[in-house]
Amino acid sequence: MGTLVEEIFSRKVGHAVQAGEIVLVDVDYIMSHDNTTPLAVKAFREIGKPIKDKSKIVIHFDHAYPAPNLLAAEAQKKGMDFMKEQNITQFYHQGVCHQVMIEEGYITPGAIVIGADSHSNTYGALGAFGAGLGSTEIGVAWVTGKCWFKIPETIRINLSGQSQPGVFAKDVMIYIAGLLGMDGSTYRSVEFGGEYIERLPMHERIIFSNMSTEIGAKCGLIAADQTTLDYLANETSARREFTQLRPRNPRYERVVEIDVARLGPQVACHPDVDNACPLEQVASLPIDEVYIGTCTNSRYEDIEIVAGMLKGKTVHPYTRVIITPASAKIFKKAMQNGLIQILMDAGCTVTGTGCGACIGRHGGILAPGERALTTMNRNFIGRMGSPLSEIYLASPATAAATALTGKITDPRPYLEA
Amino acid sequence: MGKAWTFGENLNTDEIIPGRYNITINPLELAKNVFCEIKPEYAPNVKPGDVIVGGQNFGCGSSREHAPIAIKGSQAKCVIAPSFARIFFRNAINIGLPILECPEAVTGIDEGDEVDVDLATGRIRNLTKNSEFQARPLPDFVLKIVQAGGIVNFLKTHEIEDLL
Repeated sequence: MGTLVEEIFSRKVGHAVQAGEIVLVDVDYIMSHDNTTPLAVKAFREIGKPIKDKSKIVIHFDHAYPAPNLLAAEAQKKGMDFMKEQNITQFYHQGVCHQVMIEEGYITPGAIVIGADSHSNTYGALGAFGAGLGSTEIGVAWVTGKCWFKIPETIRINLSGQSQPGVFAKDVMIYIAGLLGMDGSTYRSVEFGGEYIERLPMHERIIFSNMSTEIGAKCGLIAADQTTLDYLANETSARREFTQLRPRNPRYERVVEIDVARLGPQVACHPDVDNACPLEQVASLPIDEVYIGTCTNSRYEDIEIVAGMLKGKTVHPYTRVIITPASAKIFKKAMQNGLIQILMDAGCTVTGTGCGACIGRHGGILAPGERALTTMNRNFIGRMGSPLSEIYLASPATAAATALTGKITDPRPYLEA
Repeated sequence: MGKAWTFGENLNTDEIIPGRYNITINPLELAKNVFCEIKPEYAPNVKPGDVIVGGQNFGCGSSREHAPIAIKGSQAKCVIAPSFARIFFRNAINIGLPILECPEAVTGIDEGDEVDVDLATGRIRNLTKNSEFQARPLPDFVLKIVQAGGIVNFLKTHEIEDLL
């Protein structure tokens, strides 16, 4: 009996647990990437004990891959040496870690997956507990197979209504970030539900779990349903047994009700994710770079929307438009269906897969005084390069409209066209 | 005893150490650029025993451990804040950077105040203003990690099950 997070942990430990209890659990998978693996290896070596179960270890190179400089190359070599030495075979380098974790079937309802990346919350979209941890705890989990958790209280967000055309999950989530604030759910589980969520396809549900991190959440959960099962069967390699869990007589710390029907496109403005406003308030702000990518919004459907809006057109001559598909699977499908051709014809730079420009280390670094509009999940000062640059967050549709005009632009007229 | 360095609310990991500097895991190297954009005077002037006094949700954002490592590498004694972002909280404990939750101290300490912190008891004294505060006690199992000097040291001599 309990909230979804209580149900997940109760099943895992074999008896009912409630918010506030501290538990030590066997985790299903332990994820890390090129940025966070070296420190995990350091912790592992210092502990000096063997790996408990290497089948739980999944490592991705995505943050700056292939290495853009010597120091990154040295860090990745440390990771490679570790994998060779320990015979780690679950290694991926063709996409953003969170997308590849889902595609490769590591994420299933009821699973507990920890990742050395703050956006490991993403896995909650499939009814799994996913939470970000630091590298040292990843090294600890390699050795112990376990992790401690304090079962969090839950904030339930009920989303009702039908969104207007041109308004996407990203817009709704930016609105939620503005409403709750960056510390609005610190230490909490956020459970997203309601008729709006129930109707959403998986690629849109993922936005809420992914960006629950931006409001401080420990995890952002959506109960698995038929949409989840269909997605797992058709879009992923998940073939493991799993249990569908739902909240049962839950006791929520807080319930937030939102009618999405009244929302238009939203933008999270420099320099905080909760600095959210309706697009109209920042419309026409000049934009130097449009970046469409990341674990938030560079799935096939996102690229399809952008290509649909840019087809037969040319992006603004003074605006860099960079598109980084989240994974090779997505990139290939976009190629096969002609989307990459459309984007390149429109003047976009399409890069290899991975995290791309999101962390300011390669693939679209911002100069002082430049302003970007991007489909990323955070806009902290200096994240994409110069501390004197600015980042605005929006949906892929808003990004595409902005790419055409070179200034923040409402996508709705372009979607109707 | 040390000097207080104060910071605002929702201080994120990019503000603690920008992502472009996270190409090393050397604490002293990271410390050279800690807070470089929001308080560039910190890194060249911080002294061992100085204290970071932050606002609520301190350390939000990335999971990068580079953030607490950079602070620890700068020789600051501890971080005091009303609340910490959850990954930063775990990371700080795990690498042995002491953190204290104490909203009253944050209100009662200004930049440059002389502050004395007793990590064992959580007593915080502001010598400049002649005031005293008590931080919230850490849970027992967290104290075990802190007392060992971090989770890695703890596991050298214990099993993970010994935490609970």
